[in-house]
Amino acid sequence: MLHIKCPHCGMRSQNEFSYGGDASVKRPELGKDISNEEWDNYVYNRKSLRGKHWELWQHLSGCRQWIKVERDTATHEIFKTLKANEEIS
Amino acid sequence: MQKYSVFSLIKNALSNHEKWDLAWKDPSPKNEYDVVIIGGGGHGLATAYYLAKEHKITNVAIIEKGWIGGGNVGRNTTIIRSNYMHDDNALFSEFGMDLWRKMSQDLNYNVMFSPRGIINLAHSDAQMNVYARRGNSMRLNGIDAVLLNREQVKEIIPMADFSENVRFPIFGGLMQPSAGTARHDAVAWGYARQADSMGVDIIQNCEVTGFDVSAGKINGVRTSRGNIKAKKIGLCVAGSTNILAEKLNMTLPIETHLLQACVSEPVKPVLDKVVTFGAGHFYISQSDKGEMVMGGDLDGYNSYAQRGNLPTLQHVLTEGIAMMPFLSKLKMLRTWGGIMDMSMDGSPIIDKTHIEGLYLNCGWCYGGFKATPASGWTFAHTIAQDRVHDLNAGYSLNRFNTGHLLDEKGLGTKTWIS
Repeated sequence: MLHIKCPHCGMRSQNEFSYGGDASVKRPELGKDISNEEWDNYVYNRKSLRGKHWELWQHLSGCRQWIKVERDTATHEIFKTLKANEEIS
Repeated sequence: MQKYSVFSLIKNALSNHEKWDLAWKDPSPKNEYDVVIIGGGGHGLATAYYLAKEHKITNVAIIEKGWIGGGNVGRNTTIIRSNYMHDDNALFSEFGMDLWRKMSQDLNYNVMFSPRGIINLAHSDAQMNVYARRGNSMRLNGIDAVLLNREQVKEIIPMADFSENVRFPIFGGLMQPSAGTARHDAVAWGYARQADSMGVDIIQNCEVTGFDVSAGKINGVRTSRGNIKAKKIGLCVAGSTNILAEKLNMTLPIETHLLQACVSEPVKPVLDKVVTFGAGHFYISQSDKGEMVMGGDLDGYNSYAQRGNLPTLQHVLTEGIAMMPFLSKLKMLRTWGGIMDMSMDGSPIIDKTHIEGLYLNCGWCYGGFKATPASGWTFAHTIAQDRVHDLNAGYSLNRFNTGHLLDEKGLGTKTWIS
C-alpha cells in the first residue's frame, strides 16, 4: 500500500486519496488563441514516463485538498509532496 | 515444421518425447529486414504471422526485450468477446471472433478456445434498458446477444446472490453466447511457432534503445544486440508504448496503468460462463484447472510496476463476494499485475504515424487479449499495404484531434476514473 504524506494532515494511507493525473500539465491560458495541437496536448496527450512523475492526488477522505506528489512510477517510491498552489521546482 | 497430430503424439511417445522439434528457433538478428515488429507479445506475434501468411512478407523480425508471451498475453484473464455497441468496435471484434473460431486448426496448435458465453449482469431497470440497446446494436452488426431476465439468469448461474435484501439485486443480464475464453499462452506460442516456420526471426532478450529516423522516414532500430535496418517498423508494445514514444519524440494520448488479476485455489466445476458484475468492475470465469479467474479495476495511478497493491484487490474482491458470496470461502492462490496502455477514449490505436514507415499498435486498455487475432490481421494489412483497412480505420491516431472519439463506455478522456 502507498503511504502519502499530505502537506496538510501528515502521513496517511492510500485508501484516503484519489488520483488526479499528471500535475505538470498546464491548461492553456484563458482568452488566448490556441491551436488544435495545443488543446490536444492539454486534453489528451501525456508523456506518462517510467520513473519520477509529478501527479495530482486529492485527500478525499481527509482534508479534501488537492495536493501534488512526486512518485516513481516503476518503484512506487514517493519523494516529495506539495500543496496544490506550490510550484514544482 | 513438425505437424502436431494424434499420430505425431503416438510416434513421439514411443521415443519418450525426446525427439520433438523446438517450436521456434533462437536466431541472432540480421543486419536488415523488410519489416521489424517490436514486441513479442500476442499482437506482435500475430502481426508477424499474418504478414507472412496473408501478405507473403517473410523477411520479418520480431524483437522482444524479455521473452515472448511474458507480458500481457501471459497475464490477462483470457476473456474473448465482441459485445460492443459502436460499429467500429463491434465489426472489428466480430471479425476477430471468426479468427478465434478457426485458430486452433489454422495454427495447428490447441488454443483451447471455449465459447462458453459471457453474461453482463444488470442491477437496475436503467441498466436493463442500456443492455437492451447494446444488445440490439450488437444484433444489427450480426453478433449474437440475448437479454435475460432475473429468472433466466438464475437458471444459468444459480450461485450468484439472488437473495432479496442485497445492495445490488440482479435484475437480469445481457448474454453473448458465442463469447468465451482461450488458453492465453497457447495463443502466443501458436502464433510464434507458425511465424517461425514461415521464416520470421523471433529475437528475444533484445531491447530497443533507439530509432534511426531521417527526413521523416524510419531507417532502422538500435537495439542491445546491434543496429537493425528496416524500411518498415511496427510498434506492438502495449504497456511500454510511452517509453518507446519518448525515444521517437512523440507524445501519445496514452497513460500507462497497472491492472491486477488473481486466481483462487482450484475447485470442482461450478461456473460455466464468464460473468461480469454490473455495479462495479469485476469479472470471473473458471479455468479448466478449476481455479476461479478474477479481475477488476485498475490500481488507478500511472505505473510501470508489474505488481499491484492490496487496496484495489480488496475492493475488487468485495464486489466479487457481493455478486457470488461463495467466493468468500475460497483461498487465493495467486495474484499478479500487468501494465496497460490506457488510451484517452478507451479504444485502441492501429495506424500509420507522421514518420514514414513507422506504424503504431497500442492503447488496448484492458481489452487486448481478445483482440489478438484481429489486431494482428489488421496491423499486418496496415504495414504491408501502407494503408489502414476498413476494420481499423476507426482506430486512427488523429481521432483525438478531429473529435471522432470511440468512447464505448462514455467515460470521457480519463479512462482510469471509474
